Amino acid sequence: MSEATSVTENPDEVITHARVRVFDMPDGAGRMALITIDNERDHTRPSTFGPAGLASFDAALDEALDQVAAMPDLAAIAVTGKPFIFAVGADLSAIGRVNNRSIVHDFGKLGHDVFRRLGELAVPTFAFVNGAAMGGGTELALHCNYRTMSTGAAAMSLPEVFLGLIPGWGGAWLLPNLIGPANALEVIIANPLQMNKQLKPKDAKRLGIVDELFEPADFLEQSIRWAAGVVTGTVKVDRAEPDRESWDGIVEFARAMLDDKLHGATPAPYRALDLVQAAKTATRSEGFDAEDDALADLVMGEDLRASLYAFDLVQKRAKRPVGVPDKSMARPVTKVGIVGAGLMASQLAALFAKRLQVPVVMTDLDAERVEKGLQWVRDDVAKQVAKGRLTQDKANRLVGLVSGSTDKAAFADADFVIEAVFENLEVKQQVFAEVEAVVKDTCILATNTSSLSVSAMAAGLKHPERVVGFHFFNPVAVMPLLEIARAEQTDDETVATAFVVGKSLKKNCVLVKDAPAFVVNRLLNRYMGEIVRAIDEGTPFDVANTATDSIGFPMRPFALIRLVGPAVAFHVSETLHEAFPDRFYVSDNLRAMVDAGKSSFEVKGVDGSLSIDPEVVALFDQGDAPLTGDEVLERIGDALADEVRRMLDEGVVAEPQDIDLCVILGAGWPFWLGGITPYLDRSGAAERVAGGRFLPRGVASLVS
Amino acid sequence: MGRAAQDVVFVDGVRTPFGRAGSSFAETRADDLVVKVFRELLRRNPQLPPERIDDVAVAATTQMGDQGMTIGRSAALLSGLPHSVPGYSVDRMCAGAMTAVTTLSSAIMAGAYDVALAGGVESMSRHPMGEGMDPNPRFLAERIVDTDALIMGATAENIHDRFPHLTKERADAFALGSQQKTAAAYANGWIQPDLVPIAMRSSALGWGLMTADEGPRPETTLDGLAGLKTPFRPHGRVTAGNSSGLNDGATGALLAAESVADDLGLTKKMRMIGFAFAGVEPEIMGVGPVPSTEKALARAGISIDDIDLFEVNEAFAVQVLAFLDHFGIKDDDARVNPMGGAIAVGHPLASSGIRLMTYLARDFERNPQARYGITTMCIGLGMGGTVIWENVDYAGSK
Repeated sequence: MSEATSVTENPDEVITHARVRVFDMPDGAGRMALITIDNERDHTRPSTFGPAGLASFDAALDEALDQVAAMPDLAAIAVTGKPFIFAVGADLSAIGRVNNRSIVHDFGKLGHDVFRRLGELAVPTFAFVNGAAMGGGTELALHCNYRTMSTGAAAMSLPEVFLGLIPGWGGAWLLPNLIGPANALEVIIANPLQMNKQLKPKDAKRLGIVDELFEPADFLEQSIRWAAGVVTGTVKVDRAEPDRESWDGIVEFARAMLDDKLHGATPAPYRALDLVQAAKTATRSEGFDAEDDALADLVMGEDLRASLYAFDLVQKRAKRPVGVPDKSMARPVTKVGIVGAGLMASQLAALFAKRLQVPVVMTDLDAERVEKGLQWVRDDVAKQVAKGRLTQDKANRLVGLVSGSTDKAAFADADFVIEAVFENLEVKQQVFAEVEAVVKDTCILATNTSSLSVSAMAAGLKHPERVVGFHFFNPVAVMPLLEIARAEQTDDETVATAFVVGKSLKKNCVLVKDAPAFVVNRLLNRYMGEIVRAIDEGTPFDVANTATDSIGFPMRPFALIRLVGPAVAFHVSETLHEAFPDRFYVSDNLRAMVDAGKSSFEVKGVDGSLSIDPEVVALFDQGDAPLTGDEVLERIGDALADEVRRMLDEGVVAEPQDIDLCVILGAGWPFWLGGITPYLDRSGAAERVAGGRFLPRGVASLVS
Repeated sequence: MGRAAQDVVFVDGVRTPFGRAGSSFAETRADDLVVKVFRELLRRNPQLPPERIDDVAVAATTQMGDQGMTIGRSAALLSGLPHSVPGYSVDRMCAGAMTAVTTLSSAIMAGAYDVALAGGVESMSRHPMGEGMDPNPRFLAERIVDTDALIMGATAENIHDRFPHLTKERADAFALGSQQKTAAAYANGWIQPDLVPIAMRSSALGWGLMTADEGPRPETTLDGLAGLKTPFRPHGRVTAGNSSGLNDGATGALLAAESVADDLGLTKKMRMIGFAFAGVEPEIMGVGPVPSTEKALARAGISIDDIDLFEVNEAFAVQVLAFLDHFGIKDDDARVNPMGGAIAVGHPLASSGIRLMTYLARDFERNPQARYGITTMCIGLGMGGTVIWENVDYAGSK
């Protein structure tokens, strides 16, 4: 048994208790000691392991082994969880407060010492994975000799890399030695980097992580019966020994894929890769020791601190927006109107119909446009039916909810009308005036504008107080952020209603001031503007394009501009230049590129690879003061720090946390940057240009 | 009655081990017990395509909470049966499962159904006898029943009054026999084949597995029984030792038209010959099996002498003795409850009827020379229920 004295004690730990019960297995297979892990809360608080939980498990194993010694027919030890939850990992709540590497190292070692016993006993051990298993919970199951899983279990994963850690309680050694490096890397690295993708029970079986699946109705009974069969020999479990010959090649291939995606921007996935590489020949103890070192290094690194902060923002702040009037002030929305029937408007129609389940009417200039928009919705619904995501009955319901008209009189009984027309102030003002003439005084008028002034759009109306910014990100069905902009005259009821509607649409809503481009697009444009300015000054195109590789934005600048479209990027830069002429840069070269009809800085070769388009290079009149990649990166950091400081000073959002949440959810900026402000603090940009750190030490960074 | 349009056969029966109320199954939902019984029945009879089940009837006395929600239908859905299989719930208190069987069998005999699934469950931990009961004041005001009638133990004392020759000593001896026969049946491996292992949750102790009845006390002695308190009357005769306990458990049975069983290749353990229910004065509800048996025999055109095996529910030893006494059968007749009974294993109210049938099927299997058997039980508010069965393995019928 291990000593727990050197491990940090967390007074807030919700202790997962381990209890042992001994009983007869069926079919004369002898007795089983079953350990149940249960934190005595319901499924809304899944079981995790902190130091006390590990100690409880250790004691339960001792008790089970005492029974083994006392009863010669005690033929198996098994572990199962509480309803719906097996175990979801280590208790990370205290990690943010740990400042001592050896404490982390010891916590890793403690988990190893306790759980490895499951694989080193004289009797066979079984994990009956009755519910969600993640991180250390999955590792507990991997230490057992055999595993069953319920087909009703919500998920299984090793998500540590997603958070900036590695599987630290045996997973990085056990999993590749069980299922081979290729499948192990899918679970340990690829899935976490794909928005923390989880495995379903059938995936766990297919990959060989679990030996058998049973249905939830009698999962435990069937698992025990199966275990009895394993003990008596009537059930055979075939395990293929992983191929060691191809191991190195598989790891190298994975390393190349990782470089391609991350360019070395953050350490955790690379440490995980190194562990899986070493697992080819390392002994069990060597593998576990290496995990302890990697875990300690990562926890004592800035990337992990920023990731925990980001994770916390997405889990908590995203669900409880700050500064919002109470939902009791919200008005009911039983019919929605959408002005426009283009691609954005069609996406909105589909979203509103699906989530609010109320009638949605689209209008546009002519019947042909309206029909095109309705057809988009029908096609979108049909695709979902084809993928098995919607039944035909539900599809009929959705299609029935969405209608179209060329006459705005169709909005007469609407409670919420959103416009998604051409990005031009006069056009939008005209649209709102026409809509106001038809709708009731309390109907919300929302605009999806990304950079124009909501207050200006409301100014000429009889009831400007019901106008609100309601800015989605593309693609509407996927991107979780919704910037809700309160204009000068917007009243509390309108803001409250907007947030209730946003939540019903399953978006994460952030309250922003009606400032140009709100949060995400303002920062993205400042960033892209600096890239283009650097090129204009003479920086080689590929130097500018790769300058931010080391911090790991989700895509390089040229990919971002290709996604947004240079015309849109240019148009927004003009709007922002008008608002902030000293900082937002309008590039004549970019204008030339747009005028020439170029949609990207890059061209695709026959082999699918991208290279800088020589025609674009020819269009650019570059200066002769090139910057290096590092200089470009510093300039971007400073620009972003400057812009964030101004946004906070202007009150665009309440706190740096809101900035970070917006760029995480709206631009996909990575967890290891903490969104952006933790990175700006750690790189020194905040101190250099913004008058000091955005966040106090320790909030999203190491304390010292 | 004679032979009906379709003969009904008892294809298979299983049960959970029975727990003591407040103990093993205290934290287990009653509908989950039914679900596990049904899934095991289907696993044991893989030749039956589940969509062939025409209806599902599950009995429970207190139809609230985990025993409510039209448990026949809800348990069918939870068991994974296809949506196309309907279900309903039944209540005739202690004879719930028996009534589920007779009701479904009636539909089979009438030719409306081919295959049916019957069940019974009671969690007396979660639904004590009389939960939610609201007796009409007229019962007492017009003396329709005595106050005794609603207390089962008091009705048992009343039977001792009515038949003074049925003494406490005889009741205790019978109870001892039930315990000993149950222990022997376990030792011989007669009971285990029809038990479904059930996971049991305890927040305090963690998950465990039940593979045997919790109730039996094989160490019972006559002296021990003699010293027990008589809770229903001072210096009375009825004790916890010569009555069945308060228990949790579920039973399930598969029934089919005989020709369909043959077509599908299902086993046929016994054939239904007839059934009857009858009422008696509620104050002596224990004698209910007498008129129900008389009635069933008469309709079937056979006599008590034709009956080779008896499974009589042992709510109280004295009530079994009253039945045997009426028909001139000795207390320790070998044909009566050869595997022991409810005094040892328990009586989760609505479930017991199918337990009797499952036991009788095994009695028939061990005794191919036996032709007819009956399952019979007394029922609260003064009733009795009896089903007459024929041994399909009867050597003489070949």
